[in-house]
Amino acid sequence: MVRTWFLLAWTWLRAAAQYPGTMLLMTAGAAVSTSLDLIALVILFTHLPLLGGLTAAEAGFLYGACQISFTISDLAVGAADRLGRHIRAGTLDTMLIRPVSPLVQLATEDFTPRKLGRLLPAGTVLVWSTARLDLTPADLLLTLLMVVNGAVLFCALWVLAASAQFVLVTGHEATKAVTWGGVFMTQHPMSLYGRDFVRAVTFTVPLAFVNWQPSLYILGKPDPLGLPEFVRFLGPVVTALLCAVAAAAWRAGLRHHRSTGS
Amino acid sequence: MIHLSEVSKTFPVHHRKGPLRRTRKLVTAVDAMSFDVAPGEFVGYLGPNGAGKSTTIKMLTGILTPSSGRIRVAGLDPSRRRTELALRLGVVFGQRTTLWWDLPLRDSFALIRRLYKVEQQRFAARLAELTELLDLGPFLGTPVRQLSLGQRMRGDLTAALLHSPALLVLDEPTIGLDVVSKATVREFLARVNAEEGTTILLTTHDLGDIERLCRRVMVIDHGRLAFDGTLDALRATAPADRTLVVDLASPVPAPALPEGVRLVRREGPRLWLAIAPETNAASVVAAVARDHDVADIALREPDIEDVVTRLYRGSPVEA
Repeated sequence: MVRTWFLLAWTWLRAAAQYPGTMLLMTAGAAVSTSLDLIALVILFTHLPLLGGLTAAEAGFLYGACQISFTISDLAVGAADRLGRHIRAGTLDTMLIRPVSPLVQLATEDFTPRKLGRLLPAGTVLVWSTARLDLTPADLLLTLLMVVNGAVLFCALWVLAASAQFVLVTGHEATKAVTWGGVFMTQHPMSLYGRDFVRAVTFTVPLAFVNWQPSLYILGKPDPLGLPEFVRFLGPVVTALLCAVAAAAWRAGLRHHRSTGS
Repeated sequence: MIHLSEVSKTFPVHHRKGPLRRTRKLVTAVDAMSFDVAPGEFVGYLGPNGAGKSTTIKMLTGILTPSSGRIRVAGLDPSRRRTELALRLGVVFGQRTTLWWDLPLRDSFALIRRLYKVEQQRFAARLAELTELLDLGPFLGTPVRQLSLGQRMRGDLTAALLHSPALLVLDEPTIGLDVVSKATVREFLARVNAEEGTTILLTTHDLGDIERLCRRVMVIDHGRLAFDGTLDALRATAPADRTLVVDLASPVPAPALPEGVRLVRREGPRLWLAIAPETNAASVVAAVARDHDVADIALREPDIEDVVTRLYRGSPVEA
C-alpha cells in the first residue's frame, strides 16, 4: 500500500512537473499564505507577554508541531477529501476496478509538492521555539514522536471525513470542519478555549492529542482540565483507536457505495 | 466464469414532500437475476436505459454490493475480494476513461503494469502486440486529454487487456465512435475472444455490435432477464417490421402497395412503408420500383430498440 502510494504520487508529480513554473509558484504561495497565520501570532506576542498562560516560545512550539503534523497528513491523504466529487462524477467506479485500494488512488490524486510550502514557516517556528525552550534530548525525541503521532491522527480524521461523504455526498465543506477546523484549533493553546470545548476535543474528536496533551508534559505545564498525568501519554492509544474507527467507517462506506446511473 | 443466482439490488430513493417530510421508497434495480457465462463465451447484454444493465455490471466488478443473492466471477465473490478480482478482470467504460487524463498513453500503460504487477518482458511483448493490432503507435506519446474519442477508446481497450484478463467487461465501448473506429474495435474484440479465449461481456445499444460479435444475447428489462439465447432466436421471438423509405419522382395520391406492406407515413413524395417480418423485402422493392417512378429507395433493418421494445410488450420468453 505504501509502495503503491509512492508510485502513484510520483506519477502525478511527473504530470505536474510538465508545468514547473506553476509548481514553484504554488509552493511559494502555500508558504506565504501559511506565514500569514504566523504573523498574526507574532503581532499577538508583541502586545501580550503570555497567551493562555504560555510564552511566545511555548505557543510557537504548539503551532509549529501541529502545522507540521497537519501538512504531512494533508500531503499523505488530504486529497481523499474529494471523494464526494468522485462519487458524483462516477469516477470512483474507475478506481474500484483497479487492484489497488481506492483510498490510495484518491489520496495521491493530483499529488503536488505544493503543500510542502507550509512546512517552511511551520518548521522555522518549531526550530526557533525549541531553541528557546530548555528541552532535554528525551524531550526532543518526545516532540518528534508527538509530531508523527499527530500526523497519523490527522490522517485518520481525513479518512473519517472522506467516509462521511459516502453518505453526505455534497458534504465536502461540512467535513472540512474537523480537518481544516482541527488544525486551526490545535495551532493555539487549548487553555484559550472554554473548558467544555476542550473536554469535547479531548473525549470526542480527540484533537487535544495532536499536540496539546503531550506538549503539556514536554513543557512541564499543569492540565487546565486537571486530567491525570497518564493522559499526556495516551496519544498513540487514541490515535490507534481513531485509525480503527476510520478504517471501519471507510469499509462501511465502500459497502454502501451506490454509484451513479449509466 | 460468471455465476449469478437470485441476485437482487435495491436502492432506497428519497422523495421530498415538503420542507421536512421525506418519504423513503425501495427501488429494485435488479430483481432475483440468475445466469451463467462459461469461459470463452462472447455475450451481448441488452436492455433499455434504467433496466439494470449497469447495476449488474457494477455488481460483477465489485463496485456495488448486491442486496441479496450469490455472485461468483472467476470463482471469487466480487464485492468481498474486489482487489483480487481486479487482477483477472478488464473493464472498459465507454462513457468515461480509466486512464490518467494528464499522462501520455505510454506512461499510463507503464503505471498499469506496476499496479497489476505484470512482468516487464511480458508487458513489453503484450504492449507491442496490442499497439500493432490497434494501431496505437502514432499517439503513444500523447496525453490522454488530447486524444480523439476513437484513439482514447483504443487506449482504454489496451489498458484493460495489458494484464491478459480472463474476463473482459465492456460497457458501451462503441458509443459515439465513427464507422471506421467501430469496425476496428469490433474486429479487435472478435480476435481477442477467438485467439486468446477471453470471455467477453458486452453491453451496447448498437445492434451492429451484437450482430457481428455475440453468439449469445441476454436481454434485461425491469431488473429481470427477459431473454437469453441467440440473436436469431431473439429476432424470432419478437419479429419487428423493417422500414422501406421510398422517394417518388412525383407525389402520387394513392400509391399501390404489394401485399404485406403498410403505409406508415408520407411527406410529399416520400413514403415510409412497413414490411412485415415474413414478407420478402427484395420482392417488395422490385414491385414498388415497377409500379412507380422511384427517385430513391432505402431499406432499414429494425434496430435493436424495436426488437427489444416488442419483446418487452410480450411476456418473458425462454429460449
